[in-house]
Amino acid sequence: MQMISTTPHENPSTLSPICNHQEFIIMSVFINKDSRVIYQGFTGQHATFHAEEAIKHGTNIVGGVTPGKGGSTHLERPVFDTVSDAVVQAGADVSGIFVPPQFAADAILEAIEAGIKTIVVIADGIPVQDMVRVKRYLIEHDSMIFGPNTAGVITPGECKVGIMPANIYQPGRVGVVSRSGTLNYEAVAQMTSLDHGQSTSVGIGGDPINGANFVDVLQAFNDDPDTEAVVLIGEIGGTQEVDAAEWAKENMEKPVIGFIAGVSAPVGRRMGHAGAIISGEADTAEAKMNRMEELGVHVVRNPANIGETVDSVLKRS
Amino acid sequence: MNIHEYQTKELLRSFGVPVPDGRVADSEASAGIIAEEIGGDRWVVKAQIHAGGRGKGGGVLLADSVDEVRKHADHIIGNRLITPQTSAAGKMVQRVLVESAQNINREYYLGLIIDRVAQRITIIASASGGMDIEEIARTHPDKVVRLAVDPAVGLPEFLCRKIAARIGLTGSLMPQAVKLMRSLYRCFRDKDALMAEINPLAVVNGDKLLAVDAKMSFDGNAVHRYPEITNYRDFDEEDPKEVEASGHGLNYIALDGNVGCIVNGAGLAMATMDAITLHDGAPANFLDVGGGASPEKIANAFRIVRKDPNVKAILLNIFAGINRCDWVAEGVVQAMQKQAISEPVIVRLSGTNYELGQEILKKSGLPFIYADDLDDAARKSVNAVTNL
Repeated sequence: MQMISTTPHENPSTLSPICNHQEFIIMSVFINKDSRVIYQGFTGQHATFHAEEAIKHGTNIVGGVTPGKGGSTHLERPVFDTVSDAVVQAGADVSGIFVPPQFAADAILEAIEAGIKTIVVIADGIPVQDMVRVKRYLIEHDSMIFGPNTAGVITPGECKVGIMPANIYQPGRVGVVSRSGTLNYEAVAQMTSLDHGQSTSVGIGGDPINGANFVDVLQAFNDDPDTEAVVLIGEIGGTQEVDAAEWAKENMEKPVIGFIAGVSAPVGRRMGHAGAIISGEADTAEAKMNRMEELGVHVVRNPANIGETVDSVLKRS
Repeated sequence: MNIHEYQTKELLRSFGVPVPDGRVADSEASAGIIAEEIGGDRWVVKAQIHAGGRGKGGGVLLADSVDEVRKHADHIIGNRLITPQTSAAGKMVQRVLVESAQNINREYYLGLIIDRVAQRITIIASASGGMDIEEIARTHPDKVVRLAVDPAVGLPEFLCRKIAARIGLTGSLMPQAVKLMRSLYRCFRDKDALMAEINPLAVVNGDKLLAVDAKMSFDGNAVHRYPEITNYRDFDEEDPKEVEASGHGLNYIALDGNVGCIVNGAGLAMATMDAITLHDGAPANFLDVGGGASPEKIANAFRIVRKDPNVKAILLNIFAGINRCDWVAEGVVQAMQKQAISEPVIVRLSGTNYELGQEILKKSGLPFIYADDLDDAARKSVNAVTNL
């Protein structure tokens, strides 16, 4: 690890050269074997279970944060009272947020302020206006948020921050980005069964106000030499997927395979995810898939054919 | 979470938004008393249901005497009101709002939403009030003002003046508009609203700004912070199956088909419905059991799905990450035994503890139809209902 200051009040974002944005993008897509991961809400039941799973997968979990339990040890790793302490004392640069939704916005703000570069928000049910304020705070900072309401981010074989079942993933060259967790598993399992592994799989979450969007993630995959193609899995509601397809048409040098869930969803009903609601003609699944196809995305109409489509696109290119 | 017009007005009044004099009544007699207390010589009697378009359905009536107020209340309360936004069966009306009728000179539109693109609270205003905002945006896009609010500074007075000027609320109306906009914004922010709409915002008696009709909805993930908003919830306005499901931590939405669906995760639940549709079948519902589903939760899911008489087969599609297939399987076996399920049950399990789950199902000796993957599951479900 790099030079670590012992002055707790020094701005931690200036500490570690590993956090330099440019270098960070080149090194991997968001997380890798060198990531120094903490879990916020570390000693809770969920966080404990998923931290153990992540450690089994090789993730470098350097500790965790539970206010009031600082100085103790959990899973043979140090517990800190604040994220700043974890950054200064353990060199943390990635955080998984496992705190209950009513406290999650505060936990995210704390991670941003402490200079954590990659923040994965597993918490589901964060009030929308809390996230509006978080996004405002983010403008002046250099962090990237995934979620809320995401299954997490995984670079198979290197680093897992989330709740996904690691055994369905395998190291490979396809980037995956999705709003839904379980539909991500479905797509990944189909790909893995055909021996197409993943460079990194990213969940951006099902909430209407979220951190990284599809374009942010496509951009990173486009720049990543280890990614050959990208699978983008969206759903009804909003225009993020079409915006991403527009960006891809102009900028993307790699094929994009896309699926949108919800062709059978009724108008005006919230389909589980707070963001999954058809509010006009443009955000139905059908309309989004048609537009994405026009923009050059390899659109999959049947969710059971995502793996096959990846296979045929990669064989063609 | 949606609330009634009378509740919205009560709340807005407490934040300083001017609303007409009025109160809610649940009977003919109390409607008459309220009219007498308000005084004046003209009243409006408004049906209180969550659907819009009440005027078109005959749910908003003018009265020129207290007797007429009573007559209208009697006519509306206890009857079903059909509007362009309700089902063909309409909605039962339990209450009416009795207000003094207004002498309206001009109508405007004022709303707040959370804009997904701007990722901020956004104010929408128009000089063309009284009709649907989508309609205004389509017919007079130049007449709609939109402005995203920076949460760091809120809605300052100068921005309110700018909006007021753009929609023609000038002169003595401008300071009233500024105060009203800031009060509305404060209410929206302080109570974690998702939508607020004053339509029409009207100039009455020549020089007074008044919120003649108002509608708000609130963030279900935040209402626990505000007991007074939680108390506004009207269960009669919701589908009883959906209310029961949410009580069990299940997310259920009734649809028209005959294949009942029990799935984990909203995205996979939608994709499962899509796969059924692609095999020319029709899903009976959307149901997300969420994460960490206990055997009890799974059994409850079966019970709720089977309350729909159209359900002829049930597809259980679980791709467990945070869930455990063995718990799910235990729940399925429990449900089959306790609920005497006779419909075909198609099971597709994958992910965490898949082998354990499969073993529990096989050991039970129950006649499950096993599916290998999503496509297989959808095909077998559609076959099961077609072959009945």
